[in-house]
Amino acid sequence: MNPAAGGSDGSGMGLPSTRAAFSALLEDSAEDLYESAPCGYLSTLMDGTIAKVNATLLGWLGLTRDEVVGRMHFSDLLTVGGKLYHETHFAPLLRMQGHLGGIALDMRTAQGAKLPVLVTSTVKTSDDGEPLLIRTTVFDATDRRAYERELLRARRVAEEARAQAEADRERLREALAVLQQSLLPAALPHIPGVETACHYHTASPIELGGDFYDLFPVDDDKRFAFFLGDVCGKGPQAAALTSLTRYTLRAAALHASDPVANLRILNTVLLDRYTGDDPRYCTAVVGLMERSGNTVDVHLASGGHPPALVVRGDGGAEYLSTRGGMLVGALPDAQFVDVHVRLRPGDTLLLYTDGITEARTGPDRELYGYEALEAFAAGLAPAGPRRLVDALTGLLRGFGDGLDDDTALLAIGLPARTDTESENQA
Amino acid sequence: MSIQRRNNIRVSGRTSGRTVVLAHGFGCDQNMWRLVEPALAKDHRVVLFDYVGAGRSDLSAWQEERYSSLEGYARDVVEVCEELDLRDAVLVGHSVSAMVGVLARAAAPERIGSLVMVCPSPYYIDEDGYRGGFTAEDIDELLESLESNYLGWSAAMAPVIMGNPDRPELGEELANSFCATDPDIARVFARTTFLSDSRKELADVTAPTLILECEQDAIAPREVGAYVHSAIPGSELVTLAATGHCPQLSAPEATASAISSFVADLER
Repeated sequence: MNPAAGGSDGSGMGLPSTRAAFSALLEDSAEDLYESAPCGYLSTLMDGTIAKVNATLLGWLGLTRDEVVGRMHFSDLLTVGGKLYHETHFAPLLRMQGHLGGIALDMRTAQGAKLPVLVTSTVKTSDDGEPLLIRTTVFDATDRRAYERELLRARRVAEEARAQAEADRERLREALAVLQQSLLPAALPHIPGVETACHYHTASPIELGGDFYDLFPVDDDKRFAFFLGDVCGKGPQAAALTSLTRYTLRAAALHASDPVANLRILNTVLLDRYTGDDPRYCTAVVGLMERSGNTVDVHLASGGHPPALVVRGDGGAEYLSTRGGMLVGALPDAQFVDVHVRLRPGDTLLLYTDGITEARTGPDRELYGYEALEAFAAGLAPAGPRRLVDALTGLLRGFGDGLDDDTALLAIGLPARTDTESENQA
Repeated sequence: MSIQRRNNIRVSGRTSGRTVVLAHGFGCDQNMWRLVEPALAKDHRVVLFDYVGAGRSDLSAWQEERYSSLEGYARDVVEVCEELDLRDAVLVGHSVSAMVGVLARAAAPERIGSLVMVCPSPYYIDEDGYRGGFTAEDIDELLESLESNYLGWSAAMAPVIMGNPDRPELGEELANSFCATDPDIARVFARTTFLSDSRKELADVTAPTLILECEQDAIAPREVGAYVHSAIPGSELVTLAATGHCPQLSAPEATASAISSFVADLER
């Protein structure tokens, strides 16, 4: 306890001199309390005629009692805007509810200045419920209204900024979609007797992905080259790398007919372009295919890319191992591994990026993995490229937010010969 | 959504009586009529509704374009009349709804047979040779007043206005809710109300028309009442011993009896 406070109850009222001081203060008359209250008071008849008003409000407005009492209506004290608001909102509400609090209005002083106020009114009724008069208190709200205006202004600014940000985001989305499309072939070329299908899943509408693929003729529509890969990272840097990779592989394929040589060229180009503390690399599978009779011979080379999958026309699916192939663009003497495969009618070769195998599934969010992909494809066998890619697209969609990376799919196959077809040919 | 729900239509009174449709003005909703409804319901079938955007109407049906002209509000009135398949009804329009009534009657004369205009004004802004009582700056000031009283709207009022049937206590806590409107909607209604010029339409009114005005009205002064009276051929003007812009609240008995005797004259 604070010893200086004195008195047994701690209020200080125990001391005779303090008590006397309070008494002197409380002689403040009710009349003076009304007239000099720190807020405006007024009473009006039910038609709004002012019957009584305190000195505080008269002082604020610069009016005399004689000018106001019996001569003015409450709404005469308001700005025209305030008057309209009073007539359309304030007065009806007060009539219906008998009480109304905290309404923002603007009064007009005798000098013409605007006085923002907060008004509270109560209807006094007779014993039998007949409304007699309206009692109103008026608080100076200059500071508060300035603050509120600032809040409103800030809200408008925030709303405009948000609208602008949304518009910018939309423009960015459109620009990125165009850019992303430019990194992929507009359409795959038609290859007689061969069916192809592709799909690109974009993980984020505002981030450029780093997967790529292409398929194009190298000479006389007899031989076709193709590739599919995944550059490190995402965003504009990845897109630049993708662009360089794609055009390098295209140009290389026109010169060399060996996929391993093509990967070496890409390796050299990337090492040359990305030096020092900004190494950039990719994984890729590059292939060359040539039609011979009823089959297609494919020569594939891989640099650090997941193995291609062959879905057989007579059922089953198998990976083409290219184990040992190294990342492209990481080391000067990188090793790449190649493999040959012959596709027969009904067989489909699938190239894919690791978005699909690294998708998270199930309650434990486990990796989807290579075994599951193989089983999924085998379950569809025999499946042509279109059917296989459509089924995989559905699978990707089913992953939902478990799929957070871009995914590219490219499938090449020979249509199966149906029995009727064989008969017709016979 | 049915028009019934969209416009929160309520029908009361004597089913065999002539139908009186009560259309609220800018500011509040059909509650504006609560003091005259019981008196009118004794002899008449009374139809109450809220314009889309006001009161308990379906706010999702509100479209800025439609409700930026008085024709949009008139379509609400006509659609309410069609919903109830009204014939030869009396349309009582308060304030801006008096002018909406003129447009609605022109669009559906078989449904709306006569008009009662409560405190009408065909144009609020002063012009050479016409005194509406206000300047364009005054209207801007009103819009500002609206703004400052709607600061808390989105946070506190919206859930109430949107309707919370499972939490009725909300409606009671926020007693001012029936005059609360989404600020965007109120701004459009205020602009449409105070900036529309319907003077030209008055001369074409052929329906029996009663004009009710107050002795003192800050929004529709008596010279405006006289203007409307002289512009509508054969109209009847009654000046109520009331002040303010809402005689249906400040002088409900006089308002109801003026409407009733006008309707009684129609029957003769």
